[in-house]
Amino acid sequence: MTAIFKREFKAYFRTPIGYIVLAAYFMFLGIYFSLIYSYGSPDLSSLLLAMSVVVTFTVPIITMKLMSEDRRQKVDQVLLTSPVKLSGIVLGKFFAALCVYAIGFSPAVIFEIIVASYVSVNVLSFIYSLFGMILLGAALISIGMLISSLTESPVISAILTLVVNILVLYMSSFSSMVKISWLSAIIEKAAFISAVESFGKNVFSIPDIVYFLSITAAFLFLCVRSLEKRRWA
Amino acid sequence: MIEVKSLSKKYGSYLAVDDVSFSIEKGEVVGFLGPNGAGKSTIMNIITGYLSFTKGNVSVDGIDVIDNPEAAKKRIGYLPEIPPLYTDMKVKEYLYFIYDLKKVKFPKAPHINEIMRLVKIDNVSNRLIKNLSKGYRQRVGFAGALVGNPDVLILDEPTVGLDPKQIIEIRNLISRLGKNHTIILSSHILSEIQAVCERVIIINKGQIIADDTPDNLARKLSYDTSLVARIVCDEKDMISTLSGIDGVSSVTSLGKKENGAYDFNIVPEGDKDVRAAVFNKVKESGKTMLSFSSDAVSLEQIFLRLTEAGDNEAARKILGISKDDNNSADTAAQTQIEESEGENSDSDIQA
Repeated sequence: MTAIFKREFKAYFRTPIGYIVLAAYFMFLGIYFSLIYSYGSPDLSSLLLAMSVVVTFTVPIITMKLMSEDRRQKVDQVLLTSPVKLSGIVLGKFFAALCVYAIGFSPAVIFEIIVASYVSVNVLSFIYSLFGMILLGAALISIGMLISSLTESPVISAILTLVVNILVLYMSSFSSMVKISWLSAIIEKAAFISAVESFGKNVFSIPDIVYFLSITAAFLFLCVRSLEKRRWA
Repeated sequence: MIEVKSLSKKYGSYLAVDDVSFSIEKGEVVGFLGPNGAGKSTIMNIITGYLSFTKGNVSVDGIDVIDNPEAAKKRIGYLPEIPPLYTDMKVKEYLYFIYDLKKVKFPKAPHINEIMRLVKIDNVSNRLIKNLSKGYRQRVGFAGALVGNPDVLILDEPTVGLDPKQIIEIRNLISRLGKNHTIILSSHILSEIQAVCERVIIINKGQIIADDTPDNLARKLSYDTSLVARIVCDEKDMISTLSGIDGVSSVTSLGKKENGAYDFNIVPEGDKDVRAAVFNKVKESGKTMLSFSSDAVSLEQIFLRLTEAGDNEAARKILGISKDDNNSADTAAQTQIEESEGENSDSDIQA
């Protein structure tokens, strides 16, 4: 698993993908920070939550090649014939992607330290929000990985993941269109953005943590199954 | 070392491997031969754990590949048809990755350096794989298979894309590795299998149609081998002269080859030896024979004859074996061949 993690993590920076994604995160964090700073607000958790739009568009780029490229280049043959468990392959790749994603948020920590050195801030609220964003990333990456494992084309993988990301994050916007009240309530609650927002409310929301973690685990499991299924094709 | 028992693999409704059984002893070098789509790569992919199978049993060094895949995979080095390379990595970096992936215990740098020297890629160790030529990529793939020094090497067309010098180098390397490794090798280059392998398994339409040494296979088929004679003569007269010989079933002219000399293809009846009779007849008729040879069966011809035999039963009939007594027939043939070694080989080798 560690071998795969190391390789995949380095692979992000062998191609422009890693740099482009990080540049996008750093740029938008900087822009949002300067805006918040100009309003004089010391609360940076809103800065993190505002990043969810950027996340929606960048996670597909992070995950698009993760599984599909191996299959296209037939490199999966070396992984699947090595003494490594399928779960090790999937987890190695997952953590590599999550690591790149998490590094994207590193400037926020620096901003928080800068702000905290001038005024008193609610550090806990910031940590909750950061934690929420990482969990959101984990869930979206696991979904993206499954989609990537189903196709050989990174482009198809990226587009599909983007569509799914928009859906799962913002489906609450469509809930009013659904006339069945219980279904509409479910959509409202299940939207990832609702869970992310609750992290910004300075609460350690265990249901939301469980929600994201179980989504992540479920999709990683499906990803392992999708690799396994290919052997039986 | 490798045990395959009644292995079948279906892709949807297409039966790619049909009830294949064979076993390979430690230290054997076995060649898989068969036309495209015969199921060679599928069988290799199954042994290495890349593909699963529909029915049967596969074990490597006594370890079932389904029950304990990791332990089985640890014993195998695999070079697939298309070398599985991360083209964005450098050669050395890639081999280090394979080393980590396989959780090898040898000291890292010396082990990898030794392998790179062995397959002669040490001069490109710091180049990106995507910038390498096909031959070099193939050898990097080979190096990957050798990492961890596994007991079993499975090489799917290892010399594809190499230049003649590299082919000889890789062939020599395989021969050298064959001394202390069990090797399965598939190839389209039949002379390669003849040069490297002690045993050939011919696969056609998902079934094994022959499993023997290359020499034995050649001998089994040589009973209906024809003779080729080059004679300075009149074409039509010579055909009638030769046809008159007792034991000759047919004579055909292969056309004018040299000034005034024609080649004739002489097919004897059954397994009769007509060489002396032909030679004497030509001498009697006062013509000059320039050359006279038996049309020795190469592995290539065996391959063509068996795979073009229509169905696999017909192919087995050519070899004089039935599906059930494959092994006993082989042994019987072997003894007979040893007895008749050095003598006329186109005689009685039908087991």
